[in-house]
Amino acid sequence: MPHPMPQQSGVSKPMPKSSGRPNQLFRNLNSKIALTPMILVAAVVFFGGTIWTVIYSFTNSRLLPRASFVGLDQYERLWASSRWIISIQNLMIYGILSLIFSLVVGFVLAALMDQKIRFESAFRTIFLYPFALSFIVTGLVWQWILNPEFGVQGIVRSLGWTSFTFDPLYNPDIVIYGILIAGLWQGTGLVMCLMLAGLRGIDEDIWKASRVDGIPMWRTYIFVVIPMMRPVFITTLVLIGSGIVKLYDLVVAQTSGGPGNASEVPAKYVYDYMFQAQNLGQGFAASTMMLLTVAIVIVPWAYLEFGGKKRG
Amino acid sequence: MRIRAFAAVLAATAALPCAAMAAELEVTHWWTSGGEAAAVKELATAFDATGNKWVDGAIAGSGSTARPIMISRITGGDPMGATQFNHGRQAEELVQSGLMRDLNDVAEKGKWKDIIKPTSLLDSCTFEGKIYCAPVNIHSWQWLWLSNAAFEKAGVPVPKDWNEFVAAGPKLREAGLQPLAVGGSAFQVNGLFDTLVISLGGTDLYNKVYKDKDEETAAGPEMAKIFAAADDARKLAKGSNVQDWNQATNLVITGKAGGQIMGDWAQGEFQQAGQTAGKEYSCLPGLGLNQTLTTGGDAIYFPLLKDEAKSKAQEVLAETIVDPKVQVAFNLKKGSVPIRSDVDLAAANDCMKKGIEIISKGGTAISTDQLVSADTQKQKEDLMSEFFAKESMTPEQAQQRFASIIGSAD
Repeated sequence: MPHPMPQQSGVSKPMPKSSGRPNQLFRNLNSKIALTPMILVAAVVFFGGTIWTVIYSFTNSRLLPRASFVGLDQYERLWASSRWIISIQNLMIYGILSLIFSLVVGFVLAALMDQKIRFESAFRTIFLYPFALSFIVTGLVWQWILNPEFGVQGIVRSLGWTSFTFDPLYNPDIVIYGILIAGLWQGTGLVMCLMLAGLRGIDEDIWKASRVDGIPMWRTYIFVVIPMMRPVFITTLVLIGSGIVKLYDLVVAQTSGGPGNASEVPAKYVYDYMFQAQNLGQGFAASTMMLLTVAIVIVPWAYLEFGGKKRG
Repeated sequence: MRIRAFAAVLAATAALPCAAMAAELEVTHWWTSGGEAAAVKELATAFDATGNKWVDGAIAGSGSTARPIMISRITGGDPMGATQFNHGRQAEELVQSGLMRDLNDVAEKGKWKDIIKPTSLLDSCTFEGKIYCAPVNIHSWQWLWLSNAAFEKAGVPVPKDWNEFVAAGPKLREAGLQPLAVGGSAFQVNGLFDTLVISLGGTDLYNKVYKDKDEETAAGPEMAKIFAAADDARKLAKGSNVQDWNQATNLVITGKAGGQIMGDWAQGEFQQAGQTAGKEYSCLPGLGLNQTLTTGGDAIYFPLLKDEAKSKAQEVLAETIVDPKVQVAFNLKKGSVPIRSDVDLAAANDCMKKGIEIISKGGTAISTDQLVSADTQKQKEDLMSEFFAKESMTPEQAQQRFASIIGSAD
């Protein structure tokens, strides 16, 4: 969000008072008033809601929130539940792989696009197109493609390879990869576009200089261009990261957690226990654990990223 | 027909401002499969005939999709006129916190206490001496639906009970057929398992586990037999790649699968497909073994409303539901058993008559939805769907986890 520049704002100018030092509180009053609703919403909805959820995760609330505290019972039950463990494992597999693949594939695609190829805009449109679909539609499309009777397996078998087997959505051991394929198909186009924008922001002179020095193209990419694209990478990471944590609709559309509960994810555990099992306490405990996981990843990074800058 | 319906709607809208009695009532439910939708239409027509207007609020998907929507509408301050829940404890906390209205006047006027059978239905509507719901129908889980054509193709006689069915499994596989059709959603395997408990293990075992919540019995040798049977079932079910229960029923209807364990609501699907019991398909109540049916089913609950006209209409709807004629029309279409025994069901088919006979003989047990909380049901669903999907999970491991769920059940 762009910060208003207080020094240049015309509003604060007629403020000087006899006391000499202007009151910090009333500086730039207009923009402060304009921001108040936003601040209130953030405070009440985000912080208030979060704190409320954490507090009620220590209660035995069922269908309706009830303030009767039971200590860590909900958390003990949560970590004893095999479904929760499976959910966490799935999220780790999906998260790590989707982070690596969407960055690598997205960057490679963008680098290829950047070679002044013909029909670039046509390719760009094709690659970005899946992003225009919601996760629900993506999930349904891939459910059909991966369906053993109508999808890839069926087509290959009808061509003559009758023993060909490819049914990730019906095999508990690899189902999460079936979901990963759909997730990558949907999300890589956006990563590519961001990367392409980053690549276009690199000065031509850098390329000229590296060519003069005789550095091969791949080395220029890895050692010069990528470090220069740091801000783009951070934006992309945040986008991919938030997509991973909230993974829910894709799973619901593709497998609804099945077969068995082999493709469950934490967000679905939260929803199912809050609304289907009518056990708010358990759902709150699970969502608090999700928050904690995100915090463990984000806080040290944010400290390094922003804390360091102030001092240096 | 079209024009008449249109005129009726016009008349209803025109009459609305002047007639204080008539009101629009939104009714939410998850009766969306073919047979169910036909049954709802009967109920809606009967309610419209009273001068009020039924606004259909069907929510697609199974109950587990629909219930969260209903509950959040009620707790969120946007209540519908009336809503479906299963008999049991799904609306328990809504009633406790005063979000639902009682139907005492209607129930007393209609003498519900005398006519509604079995009494456990009304018991689960009752909270602190007041009646909060109108039972609609009785459904039982303990049915094995068989495709006669499939067994003919496999060259084996149609089984008479579960044991024969299991024995016929390999033959069905050889003939390229799916022995047991089971959909992927969790409530199906959970219901299947509970059916095995009562039909193979007997009513005593069922009551000890689900009513008394006895952890020792749940971990004991009697239950071990049930888990061995569940292991058979999951082997027979391997390969049925469908999701919804009616898709699984469809495999039986089309003769692609030998059989399905599903509640008597599956019957509506056979009827919709134009099939007759005994000819194209067979049914085995209690899986052909223990002739006891659980009396679950559906009830309509009424949220507390401020609008007086709508509150009146709620009472009218409650009366309509229990009305003998409506009971017959609704339940024939839905394939379920009426909640009163004083109605004439000559038009019922063979399977339904078998069910009615068992219930009138007193072969009933209380359904698991009434005995355990939604939370416990969900934990069981998680366990059963994992067990059925993961072959590496042994029956012993599953039983161990089952026992601990029962131990902490409420």
